[in-house]
Amino acid sequence: MASATSLDQAADRYVADTVQRSAKILVVGAFGVGKTTLIGSVSEIEPLRTEEAMTTASVGVDDLAGLDAKRETTVAMDFGRITVRPELVLYLFGTPGQRRFWDLWEGLAEGAVGALVLIDTRRLEQSFEVLDQLETHTAGLPFAVAVNRFPDSPGHDTAELSDALDLPPQTPVIECDARGRSESIKALIALVGHALSTQKVLS
Amino acid sequence: MLTGGRAAPTRNTIRPETLVIAATPAKALPVSATRMERVLLAMCRCLLSLAEVAVHLQLPVSVVVVVASDLVDSGHLSVRTPASQSVSPDLLEELLNGLRNLS
Repeated sequence: MASATSLDQAADRYVADTVQRSAKILVVGAFGVGKTTLIGSVSEIEPLRTEEAMTTASVGVDDLAGLDAKRETTVAMDFGRITVRPELVLYLFGTPGQRRFWDLWEGLAEGAVGALVLIDTRRLEQSFEVLDQLETHTAGLPFAVAVNRFPDSPGHDTAELSDALDLPPQTPVIECDARGRSESIKALIALVGHALSTQKVLS
Repeated sequence: MLTGGRAAPTRNTIRPETLVIAATPAKALPVSATRMERVLLAMCRCLLSLAEVAVHLQLPVSVVVVVASDLVDSGHLSVRTPASQSVSPDLLEELLNGLRNLS
């Protein structure tokens, strides 16, 4: 019966009733760096996509006369969910690197455990903007860097990368294959561990 | 207007990851309730985050946050645990242990 199937699917999407609280981690990085892949490899639900409308002042020269100078574009965010304990669920929000995009989603950066910055060493320069944003606009939000290993990624050691990216001391740099669940979870563990030690230093 | 003309939620403790569920005992919506309020409350018959509610209803998260805030204020919707301003060390410990058990 078709209706029974859709009811089952509907029941599957809910969070277990034992869950008492939620936490969130932002997965940030340049376009195409593997954010959705990482989220998909650890999420218990099919990664979900939500879109927000963003009004941008048009800078194009090909506007038709008489049209409003502002236009709407949509920015997508993918997210996933892990029930890490019967009482605790973790959400992973994959967001474009620029802070102005985070502001689209009400309360996205507030209350986050931290940000996992995914980078592609073949296009290291694309990571600079993301890291700049984190250091200047979300000072205090702990972050860790996960190097997504692609088959043709050059070999490198994490200390060199840390220098090349001019990371603050103590920032974890982890190599991972975002397609693998256990490697992606290890990257999350490094971030949470870093967030915890940052708090201990502050308190 | 989807949100009655307001652009910002009335309370800032409601975020995309906030878990909500219809209040028990269920409180009937007034006849003046909007379609948006009805579908949102129906979706929340079991526990779900606002981000997920938004996706399943095919609405922007920002709209769902505003409508849900109203439903919380009116006592129709419950927040499982109100979000705190900062992440507590015990939440981090719990998260870390949970993730380690998964790896």
